[in-house]
Formats: sequence, structure tokens, C-alpha cells
Amino acid sequence: MCKHTVIELSVRNHPGVMSHICGLFARRAYNVEGIACMPVNGGGTSKIWLLVDADRRLDQMIKQVDKLQDVLDVERYDGGHEVFTKMSEFVQ
Amino acid sequence: MKMTGAEIIINLLERQGIETIAGIPGGANLPLYDALGRSGIRHILTRHEQGAGFIAQGIARVSGRPAVFFATSGPGATNTLTAIADAKLDSIPIICITGQVPLSMIGTDAFQEVDTYGLSVPITKYNFLVRSAEDLLDIIPAAFRIAASGRPGPVVIDVPKDVQTAEVEFDEWPELGVREPGTELIPNQVKRAAAMINRAEKPILYLGGGVIQSGSADFARELAEKGGIPAAMTLMGLGIMPSGHPLNIGMLGMHAARYTNMALEECDLLVAVGVRFDDRATGKVPEFCPKAKIVHMDIDPSELDKIKTANASVTGDVADSLRALLPLVEEKARTEWKAGIQALREAHPMIVPEADDPASPYGVILKAAELAGRDAVVCTDVGQHQMRTAQVYPFSAPRSWLTSGGLGTMGFGMPAALGASLAAPDRPVLCFTGDGSIMMNIQDLATAMEYDIPIKIILTNNNALGLVRQQQDLFYGKRYTASEYSRSVDFLKIAEGFGIKTHDLGTSDDPARTLAEALAEPGPSLIHVPVGVEEAVYPMVPPGAANSEMIGGEKHV
Ligand SMILES: Cc1ncc(C[n+]2csc(CCOP(=O)(O)OP(=O)(O)O)c2C)c(N)n1
Ligand SMILES: [Mg+2]
Repeated sequence: MCKHTVIELSVRNHPGVMSHICGLFARRAYNVEGIACMPVNGGGTSKIWLLVDADRRLDQMIKQVDKLQDVLDVERYDGGHEVFTKMSEFVQ
Repeated sequence: MKMTGAEIIINLLERQGIETIAGIPGGANLPLYDALGRSGIRHILTRHEQGAGFIAQGIARVSGRPAVFFATSGPGATNTLTAIADAKLDSIPIICITGQVPLSMIGTDAFQEVDTYGLSVPITKYNFLVRSAEDLLDIIPAAFRIAASGRPGPVVIDVPKDVQTAEVEFDEWPELGVREPGTELIPNQVKRAAAMINRAEKPILYLGGGVIQSGSADFARELAEKGGIPAAMTLMGLGIMPSGHPLNIGMLGMHAARYTNMALEECDLLVAVGVRFDDRATGKVPEFCPKAKIVHMDIDPSELDKIKTANASVTGDVADSLRALLPLVEEKARTEWKAGIQALREAHPMIVPEADDPASPYGVILKAAELAGRDAVVCTDVGQHQMRTAQVYPFSAPRSWLTSGGLGTMGFGMPAALGASLAAPDRPVLCFTGDGSIMMNIQDLATAMEYDIPIKIILTNNNALGLVRQQQDLFYGKRYTASEYSRSVDFLKIAEGFGIKTHDLGTSDDPARTLAEALAEPGPSLIHVPVGVEEAVYPMVPPGAANSEMIGGEKHV
């Protein structure tokens, strides 16, 4: 089994953002295992967390995500992220 | 001020300096056309939206500035997609403004409704679905800024009809959208690159479209001259080093001259500038430049280490990077290395069959180049004629070579040539095409005729999809499935029917003179050159093979 990692994105909040981000992964057949999204700053921006495989294409994926016009910031949590620990309780 | 959304768009386009827009109207963009008709912008009515997209590309590629084209919703929008995808792969700044059904009808399968936003996500740098006329004041300048900044690319703006007709009150016009300056260079990256260049004994420059985009061909040439570094170019980079320059070693990759790929085998340092290690350039990646360390300079961080891990990389606009690098590069003659390359060049030169026959596949290119002069803009379609032109045309300047590099789109050539001629009306514009490719946008011969756009179309007719047939010849046991036409059309009559002047080098007793007359006459012309279907383009590296495995093009066979 592949090790997972979490990417945390700050993005401009509008209806097309998700499609841009998910499209990037889908086109490269790069599976997104988990996804969470919440508005911040009164809805002007959002935070998105992606739970993804930590395979050797990850660096390139992060660069591609960072290149998207709507992505303001990218952080990587190789040790996982609480968001998904909590979410996993719902699918136990 | 009080204006409709459509008027705001047209006014902002005028303020951005847009003089020409190609496109086709329809129900969903009529308000936009109504406003356009009342403006000073010249409209070019094409016969297909793909043609409009390639006209915009021609304008953008020659001028270096974003160009705009229009289409209606539904089929109008879907017809633009190939031209947009083509611009994405070659990093060309075009802005496509489409009509869309009114906001309230989106998602109802309304007449001519298609999800233009969704369709264009993977083939644009960015795209907009406009939700209010007010937003246009931000979106139009943003589209220009995004298209032109960083690594350029296409932008789609989808504008619902009711957004075009809605009235808005506003106080002042927004700032123009312009190219943003590149990110700051990291001085240590530049120093490291310079140190590697200074240490190298056998360096080669590998120059691509990024050098042209950033307007830094002069810096690249200075770097070559100062360091005594031979320079190879990608298909997109042709024109960076003038032909005949002693350090110009031509195009690398699948259809390179033998000596070029052989020199790359030998180099100990590859200085890659504004390139993306495309497979048509590198061949089998692990065997590309096997002895070389790599310095990679590019504006797009995601290109660095994407295909080949660089030993030193410089992130930034390559114009800035080259400018910073130049003073740090030691002046060197590298006499031995240059002599080695010269020996390779003499032993394994580019072989040009029938170079002196102006009615032959290569000869017509050379003769046309001689007649058109150094100022010409050269466009191509996709196929053998394209590769031959890339191999032998004596390019002398950047932004004079328009070809579909990344997407390899048949149908690119003729409309792109129209755009080039509209952007540079004083320059001769040649379009080398094939009988397969020209058919893909032949309808826009009518546009050439109607607006009297003086492009010179040189059609080498082998009655076949030549480059496909060549692959079947070499790699599919000569089984020519679906690559030869069993009957042929009369291109002279077709062009005549479109009101285009025609010339046939096949029946001329003095092809050189006929060609000269065709190029000298005013208005658009089609020059027909019948060529043999067996004539292949050599050398050729089989797809997937290493660049050392070239077929054909040897000196003594
Ligand atoms: C739109 C499109 N469809 C298919 C291809 C595949 N293809 C590449 S070259 C080629 C043949 C081009 O024929 P022609 O324009 O006559 O040029 P020639 O090779 O004969 O000089 C084809 C079909 C392509 N590049 N673009
Ligand atoms: Mg052909």
C-alpha cells in the first residue's frame, strides 16, 4: 500500500475552483482519496485538504496545483492532517 | 458612465489596443457583435471558428501580444476548442470570448447550450464564466494579464447573453491588463549555472520557444558567442539563432540533421533554456545527452525536473536569467569542441535531396525562401512539408516561424498565415501546407479572398497523409492503411472557386519563374507543387527510440 500525504490549499472561492483542481488530478490518473473544503475569511477564500498517494509524481502534482490561478498557497503535511482523522470517524 | 456588458467588453478591448478580431456571430453573442459594429475594431468574418482561433494565434505569435477571437455558444464554442488546445501546448496568449445562453437558462439544456467553462478547463491557462456585467471590469483586464504573464497561454471568457445586455453604472475604467514582471531571480541559482557553464568543456545550448516568448533571442546568441557554445533549437525555437551562424547547429530531435543529434550525444553540459524536454526533441529520455549534466532555465517551475532532473535550475523569465547569467559566463573559444562539431557537421550533414529543383519537395522551400527574403513570416501545416520546412528554411529572426509544435494540428497553417499577415501587413507571408492539412480549414480561403490577405500558400501535393504513410512505410510493414487517397481533388479549381489566384509548378516549364511571379503578385495565391508519395523525410528517429537511432539521411547512400 502507498503512503498517503495531505495537501492543504488556500484558494479563491468560486464555483469553478474544485473543477480546476480535481481535473488536474483526474487527467493524470492521480487518485484523490479524500477531500475536504471549507470557506474562510467570510467566504472570499477557501481551504481545501486533499488526501493523496505520496507517489513519485507528487512533487510535480504540487507544482501543477501551485500553478493554478486560483490557488494562493500550498502546504504539504506528510504526517497526515487532523481533518481526515476526524472525517474517518464518519466512515467507520 | 452607463454601458451594457457588451459595450464594456468592446471598450476594454479597444483600450487594450486590440485592432483586429476574427470570429463568427450567432444568437448568443449578437449583443457583442452589435457593440463591435459600432467600434473601431476591424472584424474578420471567418468560415469556421477554428479558423478564427488560428487567425488569433497568427496575430499573437507574430506580435507577441494577446489576440482576441469571438464565437457564439454551443457549436461555435466547441469549434474553437482545437485552436485553444493548440495555444495551450505552444504557450500562445489568445483570448476567446464566447456567447452563452442567459444565466437563468444555464443548466436547462437550452438551445445551443454547452458547458463551455467545463470543456475549456483542461485546455486553457484560465477560464471565466461571467456572472454579472460589472465583473467584466475586472475580468477583461485579468484575462489579458493572465494570458500574457509568466508562461503565456489561452484564456476563455464565456459571457451569457443577459450579461452582455445588462446595463452597469461605473465611475472609471479599470487599469489595463499587462504582462507582470517575472519573479525575482535567486542569485545563487544563476551563479551555480554560470559555474557549471564555465567548467564545461563540451557545452551545448538547447533553446526553445520560451526564448522567443521572452524576447531574449539576442541574449541567447550573446551567450553562445561569449562562451563559444554551439546552439541547437527545438521546433518552437527556430529563428533564435540565424541560419548560417557558425554556432547554430540546427533543430534537434526526431527530424534533426544527423550531426546535431550526434553532437548532443557528445556534450558534457546541456544548457536548456525555455524548453520542456518534449519527446519529439529528446527521443527516449534516459538516452538523451547521456554524458551531460543539465542546467535548466524556465519561467514555469513545473517544467523544471518534470522530465529530466537538472543539476542546476534557474527559475524565472529567461530574459532575466540570461541577462543575469551573461556577465558571469567566461569568454571562451572552446576551439576544440567547436572543431569536433564542425567535423561531425562535415561527416554527417543535413542532406537535402533535389535542393536545386524548385519543383521538388525541398527545392521549393529553398527557392521560396530566396524569393521571399529575410523579412518573410513562414507558417506551416503539419506533416512532411512541415518537417522539411523546419529542416531547411533559412530562418533569420524570431517570431517569423509559425508552426503547431505541441499539438501538431493539421489545419493550423493557412488561418495562422492570415493572422500573421493581418498583424504584419508589410511582410511577405508564406504558408507551406499539404493536401491533407489544407483540407482541414480550406473554407477560410474565402476569408483570404474576401479581405484580400496576401498570403502565399505553397501546397506540396502527394495525394496522401505523407507523414503517416512514412511511419507505415518504416514501422508497419508498408501497410498503407488509410494514408493514401484513392482519388484526388483538383486544388487549382478549388482555389479558383474561392477566388484565389493559382499557379501549378507541375505543369510550368519554368517553375522558378512561376514561383517568383506568384510571390510577387498582389493578393493571396496558391502554388501547387505535385510531389512523389514515396519521398520521405530523413533522418528520422523512430517514435520512442533514442535520438542516436536515426534512420536515413546518411551522406553516402
Ligand atoms: C487534426 C489532425 N489529425 C490527424 C493528424 C495526424 N497526422 C499527422 S501528419 C498527417 C498527414 C498530413 O498530411 P499532409 O497535410 O498532406 O502533409 P504531408 O505529410 O503529406 O506533407 C496526419 C494525418 C494530425 N496531426 N492532426
Ligand atoms: Mg500530403
